[in-house]
Amino acid sequence: MSLILPPDIVLKVDDLSIVYRTDRGDVKATANVSFELRNGQALALIGESGSGKTTISLALIRKLPKNALVTGGRILYQRNEKIKDVLELSDRQLREFRWNECAMVFQGAQNAFNPVLKIHRQFEDTAQSHGWTDKTAVRKRALSLLELVRLDPERVYDAYPHELSGGMKQRTLLALGVLLNPQIVILDEPTTALDILTQRAIIDVLNDMQRQLDFSIIFISHDLSLAAEMADHVATVYAGEIVELGAVNDIFYQSLHPYTHGLLTSVPTLEHAQDLLQSIPGSPPNLIAPPAGCKFHPRCAFADDTCSKDSPPLTDDVGGHLAACWHTDRLLASRKARV
Amino acid sequence: MSTPIIELKQVYRHFKSGREIVPVLQDINIAVKRLEFLCLVGESGCGKTTTGKIICGLLPTSQGVVEFEGADIASLRGDGYRRFRRSVQIIHQDPYASLNPTQTVADMLSYPLLRHKLAPQRRGVMQRVRELLDLVDLTPVEDFIEKYPHQLSGGQRQRVSIARALTTQPSVIVADESVSMVDVSIRIGLLQMMMDLRDRLDVTIVFITHDLALAKYFAWDGRIGVMYLGRLVEIGRTQEIIRDPQHPYTKVLLSAIPEPDPEKTRSKQHIQLRSEDIPRLTELPPGCSFHPRCPWYVQDVCDQEVPELSIPLQSGSDVEVACIPLERGSELALHGS
Repeated sequence: MSLILPPDIVLKVDDLSIVYRTDRGDVKATANVSFELRNGQALALIGESGSGKTTISLALIRKLPKNALVTGGRILYQRNEKIKDVLELSDRQLREFRWNECAMVFQGAQNAFNPVLKIHRQFEDTAQSHGWTDKTAVRKRALSLLELVRLDPERVYDAYPHELSGGMKQRTLLALGVLLNPQIVILDEPTTALDILTQRAIIDVLNDMQRQLDFSIIFISHDLSLAAEMADHVATVYAGEIVELGAVNDIFYQSLHPYTHGLLTSVPTLEHAQDLLQSIPGSPPNLIAPPAGCKFHPRCAFADDTCSKDSPPLTDDVGGHLAACWHTDRLLASRKARV
Repeated sequence: MSTPIIELKQVYRHFKSGREIVPVLQDINIAVKRLEFLCLVGESGCGKTTTGKIICGLLPTSQGVVEFEGADIASLRGDGYRRFRRSVQIIHQDPYASLNPTQTVADMLSYPLLRHKLAPQRRGVMQRVRELLDLVDLTPVEDFIEKYPHQLSGGQRQRVSIARALTTQPSVIVADESVSMVDVSIRIGLLQMMMDLRDRLDVTIVFITHDLALAKYFAWDGRIGVMYLGRLVEIGRTQEIIRDPQHPYTKVLLSAIPEPDPEKTRSKQHIQLRSEDIPRLTELPPGCSFHPRCPWYVQDVCDQEVPELSIPLQSGSDVEVACIPLERGSELALHGS
C-alpha cells in the first residue's frame, strides 16, 4: 500500500468509527470522523460532554478503554515523508509513537503525577522508557522546558508534586508532554477546573511553547472562548460526528451548522452590552439508539422530513469550510434576516 | 428605604484545619435587597460558597450577624426559626450529588411539603408536586414524577433541585454554581427559567458563580460582588463594574477572561500580575491581601493597612471598592513605573 499525503499534513483521520460495547447495547461514540492536522496547526474539537471528543483523542494514541472497538477507518501519521497507520502499529512501534511522536496531556493535571516521586524522577522515567538514559541531558532539556513554561526550573525539578499548585502542575505536565519533542500534542480540557488567572497563564504558556517548539496541537474543550483564543481550525463534534469544520473565524462568524450556531448563541460574553442568548432546546441524544437521519434534527429549528430520514454528509460549501447539514441556506437566511 | 431581606453585618468565619485556623471569610457586609439580582463572583477559595451557606443558616458565623428581614437569625426560635428555614433555600452545584438516588422525584418533592405541613393530605401534596414540576418545565409531569435521579439527564436533575428548593415557597434562594455542571447548550435555558421564577414567585435569588460572563448575564439589571481570599473587594451595579472595573483584582480578572469571539479575544489587552502565586488563607499577606500580586501596588501603603469597602473620593458612581489608593482618590499607577 503506497500512500501519499501533502508534506505539511502530520495527521489524517479517515472515516473513523468507534463503538463501546456495553450491557445496554453498543454506544456509537464516534461515527465516520475525518479530519486533517497540518504542521504547526492548532485544531480544537469542541462539543458537550458525551459528544465523543475524548473518544476521538484517545483513539489517536490507541488508548481506548477495553470495551471500545474501532469498527472502521484509518489514522494516518506522517513524519519525514513516512506514513503509518496508527491503528496498525505493532506494540513496539506504538510505544515509540506515543510520547515521541504524539503526546497527550490528560484532563486533571492534579492526578497525573505520581505523588511519591519527585518531579525529576518522573521526567527521567519518561525519558528512560523511551530509550533516553543520559540523565544530565534529560535534566538540561527538562530545565529549559520548565523555564519556557515560566516556572522556577531548579525548584520545580526537585519538588514533590504536592509542593506545586494546580496551575504549576498543569504547566509542569505541559513541559513533560513535550520532553521528547513530539510532533503532535493532544490536550484534553487543558484549562478546565483551573481558576481564571491560572487559565490565562496556561493559555499564554501554550502560545509561547507552540511558537518556539513547532508542534501541532489538538485540543479538546467544551469552552468556546478557549477555542476562539487558541485554535486555527475548529471542529464541532455532536453525537459522535464532526458536524462542522473550518477556520476559526469562519466557525465563529459564519457558522454553517445549526448546532454550532446554537452553541454560539448560548454563551454569554463580557464584551457585548447585553447578550441575546438562547439555549438549544432538548438535550443531546442517547448514543445507543441515536435518532435516524441527522442526529441533531430533534433539536433543530430548521429540520424537516429530509433531516429525519437521511444523514447529511460533511460537505465543503465554500473553500475549506465544511458542514453536515441539509439546510445551511436556511441558517444563513435567518441570520441575514436578523441583521 | 425598606429593610434588606438578608443582611450580613461584619461577618467572619473561620475553620479549623488541624492546628491551624483558616480565616475563610473576613468582614463581609452585604445587604440583599428584596427581588434584586445579586451575584457573588470569585475564584475558588474566595469564600463565595461559605457566604451562601451562611446566608441560608446552614453554617453559623464565627463573628458577626446575619439578619433575615431585620431579625438576627441566631436569635430566632420556634416558629420564627422554622419560618426562616422555609423562606431561605439553597440550590447546590452538583445535581448528581445533591439528589438522593434512592428516592423518586415525587418522594423528594413531597417530603418537605409533609414535613412543614404545607399541603393538606396526600392528594393535596401530589397536586402541589405536579404544580412544582410544571413550574420548572418538567412536562409532561407524568414522565418525571416517578423517576429516580439516575433516569434523568443533568439538566433535568438540576430542574428537580430547583423544584425542591421551591417546595417551601421561599422568598430567598441561594443558587451556588447551579448551572456550572450543566452542558453549555442548555445552561442559559436553566438560568432564564430561574430569572423567570423570580418574577412569577417573588423570590430573590442570590447567584454564586466563578464565571463573570454568566454573572453579567444574570445580574445585568442588578449588582455584582467580587470576592478575593475571603473578602469582598468590589460591589456595585453590574453594568458599571463590567464596563469600568475599579478594583485592581476585578480589572485583572476581566482582562484575563477569553471571549467567544476570535478577533476580540486575541486583541484583548491582558494585565500582567506581579506574581501568579495565590497566597494560602493561613498565610495571608499583611495589608491588602492582593498586594503581592497587584500591578498597581503602592509600597508602604497597600502592605500596611487592610482596605475597607468604600466609594472612592473621585468616583462618580456608587460602586464600592476596597483599595486604599483608590479610596484616597489617587490615580492608579503601575508598580515600578
